[in-house]
Amino acid sequence: MEMLNAVFVAPFVDMFTYPAFFVEVLLGGLTAGVMYSLVALGFVLIFKASGVFNFAQGVLALFAALTLVGLMTGTIPFSQNSMSALALPIWLAVIATGGVMVGLAYAIERVVLRPLVNQEEIIMFMSTIGLAFVLEGVGDMMWGSDVKALDVGIPSGSFEVNGVLVQVFDLWAAGIAAVMVAFLAVFFQKTKIGRALRAVADDHQAALSVGIPLKTIWVAVWSVAGLVALVAGIMWGSKSGVQFSLSLIALKALPVLILGGFTSIPGAIIGGLIIGVGEKVAEVYWGPLVNGAIENWFAYVLALLFLMFRPQGLFGEKIIERI
Amino acid sequence: MSAVENPRQISGEVLLNVEDISLSFGGVKAIRGVSFNILKGEIRAIIGPNGAGKTSMLNVINGFYHPQEGKITYKGETRSKMRSHVAAKQGIARTFQNVALFKGMSTLDNLMTGRLLKQREGILQQTVDMLLHAVYLGPAKRQEVVERKVVEEIIDFLEIEAIRKTPVGRLPYGLQKRVELGRAIAMEPELLLLDEPMAGMNLEEKGDMSRFIIDLNDQYGTTIALIEHDMGVVMDLSDRVVVLNYGEKIADGTPNEVSANQDVIDAYLGVS
Amino acid sequence: MLYRETGQFKTSYSADQAIFPIFQDRMFILGWLIVAFIAVPLMASEYWFQIILIPFLVFSLATLGLNILVGYCGQISLGTGGFMAVGAFSAYKLATNVPELNIIFVILISGLITALVGILFGLPSLRIKGFYLAVATLAAQFFLIWMFNKFGWFVNYSPSGSIAIPPMEIFGVMVTSAKADPVARYYLALGFTVVLALLAKNLVRGPTGRAWMAIRDMDIAAEIIGIKPLATKLKAFAVSSFFIGVAGALYFSAWSGTAESDAFDINLSFNILFMVIIGGLGSVVGSFMGAAFIVLLPIFLTNLFVGELGFSALTAKHLEITIFGALIIFFLAVEPHGLARMWQVTKEKLRIWPFPH
Ligand SMILES: Nc1ncnc2c1ncn2[C@@H]1O[C@H](COP(=O)(O)OP(=O)(O)OP(=O)(O)O)[C@@H](O)[C@H]1O
Ligand SMILES: [Mg+2]
Repeated sequence: MEMLNAVFVAPFVDMFTYPAFFVEVLLGGLTAGVMYSLVALGFVLIFKASGVFNFAQGVLALFAALTLVGLMTGTIPFSQNSMSALALPIWLAVIATGGVMVGLAYAIERVVLRPLVNQEEIIMFMSTIGLAFVLEGVGDMMWGSDVKALDVGIPSGSFEVNGVLVQVFDLWAAGIAAVMVAFLAVFFQKTKIGRALRAVADDHQAALSVGIPLKTIWVAVWSVAGLVALVAGIMWGSKSGVQFSLSLIALKALPVLILGGFTSIPGAIIGGLIIGVGEKVAEVYWGPLVNGAIENWFAYVLALLFLMFRPQGLFGEKIIERI
Repeated sequence: MSAVENPRQISGEVLLNVEDISLSFGGVKAIRGVSFNILKGEIRAIIGPNGAGKTSMLNVINGFYHPQEGKITYKGETRSKMRSHVAAKQGIARTFQNVALFKGMSTLDNLMTGRLLKQREGILQQTVDMLLHAVYLGPAKRQEVVERKVVEEIIDFLEIEAIRKTPVGRLPYGLQKRVELGRAIAMEPELLLLDEPMAGMNLEEKGDMSRFIIDLNDQYGTTIALIEHDMGVVMDLSDRVVVLNYGEKIADGTPNEVSANQDVIDAYLGVS
Repeated sequence: MLYRETGQFKTSYSADQAIFPIFQDRMFILGWLIVAFIAVPLMASEYWFQIILIPFLVFSLATLGLNILVGYCGQISLGTGGFMAVGAFSAYKLATNVPELNIIFVILISGLITALVGILFGLPSLRIKGFYLAVATLAAQFFLIWMFNKFGWFVNYSPSGSIAIPPMEIFGVMVTSAKADPVARYYLALGFTVVLALLAKNLVRGPTGRAWMAIRDMDIAAEIIGIKPLATKLKAFAVSSFFIGVAGALYFSAWSGTAESDAFDINLSFNILFMVIIGGLGSVVGSFMGAAFIVLLPIFLTNLFVGELGFSALTAKHLEITIFGALIIFFLAVEPHGLARMWQVTKEKLRIWPFPH
């Protein structure tokens, strides 16, 4: 009886008794959710255009953030030393990191994807695990593996509305994510390469037959995903420092994808928000019943249960297999 | 595989009856209210232009697709939804339009998979059998030898001794089709569904394949439903033909009747 | 022509279906067994046992277990670490709560418990495939480690949260804990590994293995020829988890002696997946090769980078991660069947040696 009360009644009573706190928990969850969405987004882009399940998307964000911090502080790659004379201004460092991500896309296409083209999806997937390790090792060697602060000038601080404490940073995060989604929408609707990418996503064969080389498409889509990773890396890094655990947190983009469906951009965003809010609320209100830290697995178990009932995700289409 | 005496006699007993089957995928209507039957012991052809719904029909018969409407009666038993492994257990085997062999395995192993449905059922028995096979002693070992003999007979029948241990992925297309037929035969089916068994074959290979089909039907009394585009083959092999077009049945009868049918001629000439 | 089958005619199907039908293969296995059971214990030092030999055996078994699931049945799992933890913690609870139970049964029962947990987490595989399943197994990984970490019951409420194996004997010989001779612990691990590897070899070449491979190669066609997908996959999950659970129990009882839940984190899962890939998907021998490779490589690299080239330990670690990743990509691109296939190719060359064609 007491147990039932603790699980099914008390948490809800708490929520209603202290609504301001509840709203703060929700907001915290939404912010984390935006971060998950940003990683998931890059992932969906790659999956849609090339059918590759890119396990390295989280590490890509870490790599971008490391590079950005390195350029901003004038770190000399592979040396662990920095010279302030080499430090780039923020805007230049962001652009340069963007350049690095595009270069990385070229390298990945050349070294990882091209030799593996036509392999089974599962082999491709495992090779992106290898890629994640390479990026992690190289990133750490180039820029050092200590925890780094990242400040690109996103305002911090907080203000109160009706007793609810709102973080300014969170608002910015939401704003930046919204701008990026809008930007992607325009990119896919209006630009030639964007339309080409959509075409491949819809029908690989058709896209190839109108003469878009697969190579170009892959470089383009990995570049876009790299830029999205950069944005994700900036947001994550500014909030909690640039460190390896970032890529582990980014693993949570995977359950997000399951919720949202592998090919749906709105799915990635809504899935991210659901996971972010869900795990925060679960942690705060139910975590204490089981010694806490359920954030570690909640997202995965939620995704697992969800899969049992809707294998294609919230927005994915039900496919009937052919033979 | 054991030969039945006086097999080539179609008794008139209905083995399979499909009634008013309709199947759609989202907006696409693949089959619209089709009915026909298959008699025990006959060779029944299903023909029609591309996209007519022939493959879908086979998929409905063996429980891989679930039609929105209609009834299927097999061996006197009417079923609604059935999973394809249950259909296999009840004696329905098939081959596929695009070869669906197990690429990583040898010819022999592919054929041996056809024997898997002869295993004992039930969690307990299956666990015991698995353990016996793990230690490879006694009944498990004997069972393997028995299954191997059955499969070797099929290998002889299909004249594929030389490729017994070759991974099927390395075989040319024509041989892959033959191995796939072998896998279906290894299931010792009562009803064998063949989806374009001769597509992409040269004349000689077609000849071999026709011979296997006739022998199978003749010596072992296996009932066969086959989809085929080559009209010559259909005329030679089949007892009766059902013609589909845009998911509808437009004719049903002996090869001669069907080929004289105006609707069929129109459908094939693209007149609508 | 050192290696050839010509002249070795099989006069019956049962001879052709023996576990190692080729004479040279039989000799090869026998040779290794002699080395493993007789030569190694005579020659190896304590360092060798602890740093190379025992971990090699433990990881070979875990790799074999994962290979059954991924390489034979085609179901990806990223939860190996979590399942090994189940094996280790079960062994601890059994050894401490039922002290009269022989260590052999402790380890076997630990494997069985892990098999049950594996079946539980394998249930979703009926509806989920491929990457989706990989994500689902992450749920097992994170949930299990969290559980062992958060509930004192699993560690008998030890304040440090770590577990330690009590000294246990087989026929009066101490085989676990720091009090045991490394040779005894080695034999414990070796015995389980050899017996289970032979059982695995028999399983994968029999009907169970054929059903697994059919599901792996084309699951729809497999179902249409009468293979039940759920039962087949669950068997793979059960057998695979049993192996991994035994490996976890040995990790703890024969190798480390003490453990914390964090030792079984997701990095361990990845490491074992790498052993599977590098050794060769769908190969029993390959599992041993992959484990040997990944146990030895870091030792070699650390010696090279830190010992010879004087890099810092941290840089060496980062280089190691990079090299691991690069090797994975290399193997997947060039030889997805791993070291096992390379070995196979070498054997085929030996077959025609000394003639080049
Ligand atoms: N799994 C599926 N999902 C969606 N549409 C399908 C599916 N299977 C078949 N269809 C559609 O159903 C229709 C009939 O297809 P089917 O494969 O049965 O034709 P068919 O007569 O076998 O043609 P062909 O001679 O080309 O093999 C086609 O329009 C096809 O696109
Ligand atoms: Mg067809």
